[in-house]
Amino acid sequence: MEYRDLVIIGAGPAGLAAAISAYEQGIRDILILERENFLGGILNQCVHNGFGLHTFHEELTGPEYASRYIDKLSDLKIEYMLETMVIDISEMRNVIAINEKRGVMEIQAGAIILAMGCRERPRGALNIPGSRPSGIYSAGTAQKFVNLDGYLPGREIVILGSGDIGLIMARRLTLEGVNVKMVLEILPYSSGLKRNIVQCLDDYDIPLKLSHTVTKIHGSERIEGVTVSQVDEDLMPIPGTETYVSCDALLLSVGLIPENELSRKANVTINPKTQGPIVNERLETSRPGIFACGNVLHVHDLVDYVSEEAALAGKNAADFIKNVSSEGLEVEIFAGDGVRYTVPNKVNPINVEKYLPVRFRVTKVFSQATVLVEFDNLPVHKKKKTIMTPGEMEQVFLPKSWFTERPFLRKITVRIEGDENA
Amino acid sequence: MRESQKLTCINCPMGCELEVSFTDSGEIIVSGYKCLKGLDYAKKEVMNPTRTITSSVPVVDGEMAMVSIRTDRDVPKKLIRDCMMLLKDMKVNAPISAGDIIIENICGTGVNFIATRSVRKK
Ligand SMILES: Cc1cc2nc3c(=O)[nH]c(=O)nc-3n(C[C@H](O)[C@H](O)[C@H](O)COP(=O)(O)OP(=O)(O)OC[C@H]3O[C@@H](n4cnc5c(N)ncnc54)[C@H](O)[C@@H]3O)c2cc1C
Ligand code: SF4
Repeated sequence: MEYRDLVIIGAGPAGLAAAISAYEQGIRDILILERENFLGGILNQCVHNGFGLHTFHEELTGPEYASRYIDKLSDLKIEYMLETMVIDISEMRNVIAINEKRGVMEIQAGAIILAMGCRERPRGALNIPGSRPSGIYSAGTAQKFVNLDGYLPGREIVILGSGDIGLIMARRLTLEGVNVKMVLEILPYSSGLKRNIVQCLDDYDIPLKLSHTVTKIHGSERIEGVTVSQVDEDLMPIPGTETYVSCDALLLSVGLIPENELSRKANVTINPKTQGPIVNERLETSRPGIFACGNVLHVHDLVDYVSEEAALAGKNAADFIKNVSSEGLEVEIFAGDGVRYTVPNKVNPINVEKYLPVRFRVTKVFSQATVLVEFDNLPVHKKKKTIMTPGEMEQVFLPKSWFTERPFLRKITVRIEGDENA
Repeated sequence: MRESQKLTCINCPMGCELEVSFTDSGEIIVSGYKCLKGLDYAKKEVMNPTRTITSSVPVVDGEMAMVSIRTDRDVPKKLIRDCMMLLKDMKVNAPISAGDIIIENICGTGVNFIATRSVRKK
């Protein structure tokens, strides 16, 4: 069996940044495994701009952002294998992958970094009565059709769900001459970034209907139209509000879930809130030597944070391979009132360098509320925020000194206090 | 006198609803912003709104079927559709390097469509 110091699964921005960072920490025996025939992951189909503002201070398109890392990877001569699908990993870091030329490969890894990204919620998860004609696609699939394969999913389109991919596709298709009739969102607010609502919908006068959903799909072989209804506070359709909208395609932009089939095989504990692995401050999962970063860990809206997080995972995997020990007790981080989840979920204070970034999402829209960080139920940090929405990731930075001042710390809580909307 | 215009500021998640109106002498009055970024944004949006256009076009003989492209600078918002018309039925031949000009001086703006990735020959 082959042995490799570090095996990285997935060559999206997370896998690429993790590899470069591990290399910079002195690890040379690195192998990246990618199932597609190109590097860069989902960025290849994201031809729009808006990537990298934080890291490079300019607005790059997806492919341009990816190429900054791909170029670096080839300069460093880091090894990768394309069209290679990882099918199994074990708790003991044994990796099984298949590739047409080499067949089944078994690799023992010193450390593994999971960077498989996320996938769209399947349409089965959606409860719409009516037949299942063709012409229903996830927004990401439609994005791949248009940007990578070069054909249009339809001529008259309704988009269900106001996630960012749906918004971006509304603009992209409009510019291709498609009639995008409306974007429907069942919640009373959009989960998309404000910038995308303005630049993808408002710019082209595409209506965004909040508190609306599709209640019936019409057509037998090909979709012919949908029934649209308004919903009440409990998200139940309000009788009498139904309208018929004709269309030849329906795009679903109903959210992303981390791709963790492999992680489950390795018995990595999954956080039910994020659908990604539970990790400590080193981004190490419940299995020693298996790390996770990027969208496989939790869905990010900014690629810059993906790269940043991945660099940290790469460094920590390098430390693991070099056998840097970490003694001391782990402190749990809890998502308190108003916080849906935090990443990481645990911290060993010894390993905190200058500060510990804690990223989280809130449970609903908060205005004029306070982010509260508590150490053993005592507030250590308060920050007032004019607005927080579930669609945008929030973060707090906990300086090293807070940990050194409290050697017996057991528990950290992040919660939201006070809300005008309440 | 021009009619007043409603905008949403995109500079932070607050998303302030801005209203822009004009005095008889042509001065711009903005209301609804919570910080100065909103004021600047509103002025630019009513006086000279611009956008980057991104798209992708088919490649002949390429390793990939499509090449992604964008404008190398912003173009006036009102010219977006005209610029897109130029891409209709457009095809490019492989090989293409990132940064190559795909169409020069689009709609007389001095702005070019450039490739945002490289595509090798098949
Ligand atoms: C449609 C869309 C639009 C976006 N727009 C923006 C934007 O405007 N601005 C911004 O900053 N961010 C944006 N993002 C977010 C950002 O692009 C993502 O957060 C980022 O690409 C995630 O990187 P990743 O490496 O975790 O995942 P991915 O890019 O998805 O990469 C994962 C890789 O793993 C591979 N893989 C998976 N399973 C296996 C396996 N079993 N074996 C081998 N390989 C495997 C996949 O093929 C893929 O290449 C957008 C995301 C999407 C989906
Ligand atoms: S005006 Fe200021 S506070 Fe309001 S959305 Fe714009 S940047 Fe944010």
